[in-house]
Amino acid sequence: MAQLATIYIMGKEYKVPSTLTILQAIEASGFLFVRGCGCRGGFCGACSTVYRTKDSYKLKVALACQTKIEDRMYLAQIPFYPGNKAVHNLKEIKPTTETLCALYPEVMRCISCNSCTKVCPQDIKVMDYINAAIRGDYKKVSELSFDCIMCGLCSTRCPAEIVQYNIALVARRIYGAYIMKQAPHLNKRLIDMKENKFASDIEQLMKSSVDQLKERYTKRDMEK
Amino acid sequence: MYPKEFQESIKKIETTRQARMVQKIPLLSLTDRTALLEAYHPDYKKGTMREILIGVNKGDKTPHEFANLFEAYSHIEANNFTVPSPKLQTDVLIIGGGGAGVAAAILAKKAKANVFLVTKLRIADANTTMAQGGIQAADKENDSPAIHYLDVVGGGGYKNIPELVNALVSDGPEIIRWLEELGVIFDKAPEGTMLSIHGGGTSRKRMHPCRDYTGAEIMRCLKDEFLDQSNRPDAGKIKYLEYTGALDLLTDADGKCVGAILVNMENGEIFTVKAKTTILATGGAGQLHIQGFPTSNHYGATADGLVLGYRAGAKLTFLDTIQYHPTGVAYPEQILGQLITEKVRGVGAQLVNIDGERFIYELETRDIVASAIIREIQDRKKGIATAQAGGVWLDTPLIEIVSGPGTILKQLPAMYRQFIKFGIDMTKEPVLTYPTQHYQNGGVLCNDQGETNVPGLFVAGEVSGGVHGRNRLMGNSLLDILVFGRRAGKNAAEQALKIANVSDGSLEHVKKYHRELEQAGVAKERKAPMLLPDYRPKEFQGKFSFLSHLK
Repeated sequence: MAQLATIYIMGKEYKVPSTLTILQAIEASGFLFVRGCGCRGGFCGACSTVYRTKDSYKLKVALACQTKIEDRMYLAQIPFYPGNKAVHNLKEIKPTTETLCALYPEVMRCISCNSCTKVCPQDIKVMDYINAAIRGDYKKVSELSFDCIMCGLCSTRCPAEIVQYNIALVARRIYGAYIMKQAPHLNKRLIDMKENKFASDIEQLMKSSVDQLKERYTKRDMEK
Repeated sequence: MYPKEFQESIKKIETTRQARMVQKIPLLSLTDRTALLEAYHPDYKKGTMREILIGVNKGDKTPHEFANLFEAYSHIEANNFTVPSPKLQTDVLIIGGGGAGVAAAILAKKAKANVFLVTKLRIADANTTMAQGGIQAADKENDSPAIHYLDVVGGGGYKNIPELVNALVSDGPEIIRWLEELGVIFDKAPEGTMLSIHGGGTSRKRMHPCRDYTGAEIMRCLKDEFLDQSNRPDAGKIKYLEYTGALDLLTDADGKCVGAILVNMENGEIFTVKAKTTILATGGAGQLHIQGFPTSNHYGATADGLVLGYRAGAKLTFLDTIQYHPTGVAYPEQILGQLITEKVRGVGAQLVNIDGERFIYELETRDIVASAIIREIQDRKKGIATAQAGGVWLDTPLIEIVSGPGTILKQLPAMYRQFIKFGIDMTKEPVLTYPTQHYQNGGVLCNDQGETNVPGLFVAGEVSGGVHGRNRLMGNSLLDILVFGRRAGKNAAEQALKIANVSDGSLEHVKKYHRELEQAGVAKERKAPMLLPDYRPKEFQGKFSFLSHLK
């Protein structure tokens, strides 16, 4: 039998095996997740959790699925946060310096307190990319924010009510669609496809017997 | 931090590293492949499957975990239930808010249909978001959709449905362009060339990664576009509802699908949506934990769509094959079964046993590599023991030697995070791995337009079956959901717009199904769809509160 740890879910005490993650510990306490649980693998940001340990005032954050419990952990989840998302049409957006500030004027209210960076469970330099967004530096926003899983914890702590993850998302989409170069080999291939260049090759494969396919498969040349 | 007994094995791995770097392991012959699969792949394990008792696929073999869901009653007591009149009418109803469902919605709206999408969690809560390594498409000079086709069917055991594979590989290049236009940031050289890599079983480097957040990047762009489109009623309209599960499809007197019975999973409201066409995009089944395997899958991967479709008469296919991803996490136990992307091997990590020896070429197809790992542990006793099934090493520090220092942080940041949170630095230490239930190879049978044998019912994505045969290649699932999501969305919309009206649906098909279950002697207690996996302790388990008012 594993050692037990004491945790407090929204202030109420439970005892659970000490080896569990926060997510597993909440389940072991008898809760069924409807909200607050998503991919269970650190990719979706559904299980944002705020906690502190018993004799400390210090608030910490975690993804419940990626964090082992600590004894005497006081925890609460933030399964939803009413952050603003600007309505836009990517096809009509211009990648100018002002675009992000026009979509999200509140970004100018940033007071550089760095709370967003401190709270990010992905260790992203959130404040730095917000500053880059104000400057209209799409490349920098994209590079710095790429690993964002949109858990929303940054915006819960922002005194300026900025929804950092949505600003980063539109910035990355603009960067991907307008500033990065489209793949030149893809342009060529799309022309090939329009000309049905491979249709007869594929048709032949579709008609092949299993033995014919096996022979061709084993004789494939492999790109190094 | 690794325990002491692991550290000794790690020392051995470090001593064999130099020699392994130049060691060439050839691909297995077709005969050796078959022998390895038959001896060690979990699909071939005796006593793990049974014949389905009733329905269209009666007599077909499938894992007990699937059969338990097919041999189960609806949450609704159909005989004593009045189907509520529709709360909402739409052209296209989409069940599922992952990559396939959202892509279908965008294309259906583009075709001028009104769309209603429901998902039992949030939009984008799906296996799509968890896909890491890349998406395949034959878009380079030395590659072609035909070469892609051959890789797909060879990997699938030559069983794949040709018409579906043709659609998959032929739409590939167009899908990549669509994603570029949606703003997806692929790994590219400055002049735009894709930095594509190999996956298991590929003969060309056609895996397009976005670091190791490929699925997350694609899904968040799709979701953002979906939300923008739902705010823009310029052609068709998109409406959606989260935390809403589907309990059953509705059919008319001719057996055509005309909508679904849904449940608001927060307040228990039961309501119906009437739809001219319906798309099932409910994803996979990892949460069934077939044969007790851990899973890399999402919380919602509970095979709901298979159940709904099957009860309405949809034919299923390839139900006897599951994909176990070779490299799930075997240590630490907190993240057991989570994915270590194939990209880790794609950029140079090797699989080694307790003595630091390689035992399989790392980029064989997934079924082969998984079988080889199981053989190494169970038969050759060369695994590293853990409290669970044990594991073999994935020599990740090798990546930094082969592909250059800093490669892991740059190309595998998610993997680095996953382990460093538990004190394991994969740039310096190897990681322990064992197969994990990853993908449902089979599913609802459909044609290349996403149509099933049930009129009005379409499928897209992991819920469907046939395109990958008996084993899917890395990067072909992200492609699959987009190819067939778009096709199903467009075709379901076009078909819907040709229909003036449909009658209110009934649960006659469910009543009939229940009668067959009774005749087969299936216990009344067994209910499906599962909707959510129940990880509470046994004494807490029971009817979900949002279903508790149903008789």
